[in-house]
Amino acid sequence: MIEIPLTHILVLGAILFCLGLLAVITKRHAIVVLMGIELVFNAANLNLVAFNRYQPDLMGGQVFTLFVMVIAAAETAVALALVLKVYQYFKTVNLDQIRQSTED
Amino acid sequence: MNTVLLLFYAFGFLAVMAAAYIVFTRNVLYAAFGLLVTLLCLAAIFVLLFADFVALTQLMVYVGGVLVLILFGIMLSNRVADRAIQSESVNLFSGALVAGVLSSWLIYFILEENNFLELPAPEFDNTAVPAKSSITALGIRLITNFALPFEVTSLILLIALMGAAYISTPDKHD
Repeated sequence: MIEIPLTHILVLGAILFCLGLLAVITKRHAIVVLMGIELVFNAANLNLVAFNRYQPDLMGGQVFTLFVMVIAAAETAVALALVLKVYQYFKTVNLDQIRQSTED
Repeated sequence: MNTVLLLFYAFGFLAVMAAAYIVFTRNVLYAAFGLLVTLLCLAAIFVLLFADFVALTQLMVYVGGVLVLILFGIMLSNRVADRAIQSESVNLFSGALVAGVLSSWLIYFILEENNFLELPAPEFDNTAVPAKSSITALGIRLITNFALPFEVTSLILLIALMGAAYISTPDKHD
């Protein structure tokens, strides 16, 4: 079995995590912020699957990857319902504009 | 340089490029398609890591579910016909500073100070590809060792379903 070095997988996960963090910090469109959160989830999933090779029998990493996916799907559904409700109320999904109109 | 390693680097490079495209594009729809490319590349990397069921779940749940939900959200929360859906960037300097410092710190610790990675060696033999799928072992673990998280997950899904349906129901009073 050809083995991908663990450190290279971890570096890929770290880069994806930081790009997701960058999207969350710099973007002001609510749905793009959600996309950044999905990137962070996927970086965590990559690390969990990578460390699964130390427990090939227990499969802990892969099982928890599945749980993270379920939580991410539930989170996205609820968050998009909230975004649509906010859009109906404020007629915008820009987070700064929503904050300004709530401060008035 | 063998094929699996080459494929891993190719898919990893593509995933990072698509993720960077999400951050740097201004069009929200293009960002969604960048997320699509990232998720597909990660599914391919899961296959290379012998996690076949996780890769399939990634395709079904993320690409087939979450991404379609995000596209629905974009379409429903913008006046699409008027103009391209833009999202301007703010805090670009501080965001790049935080992400750059964090990523260089993480990569330094992973590549140089990786004493914490000195785990016991992997238990499988390094010569044979696992012949059978991981579905059987995964299913047995889900209903034995991880039975409680499995049940709690079903409860969370039910709560999320009810919550999303309740939030998005139109208000009857006005």
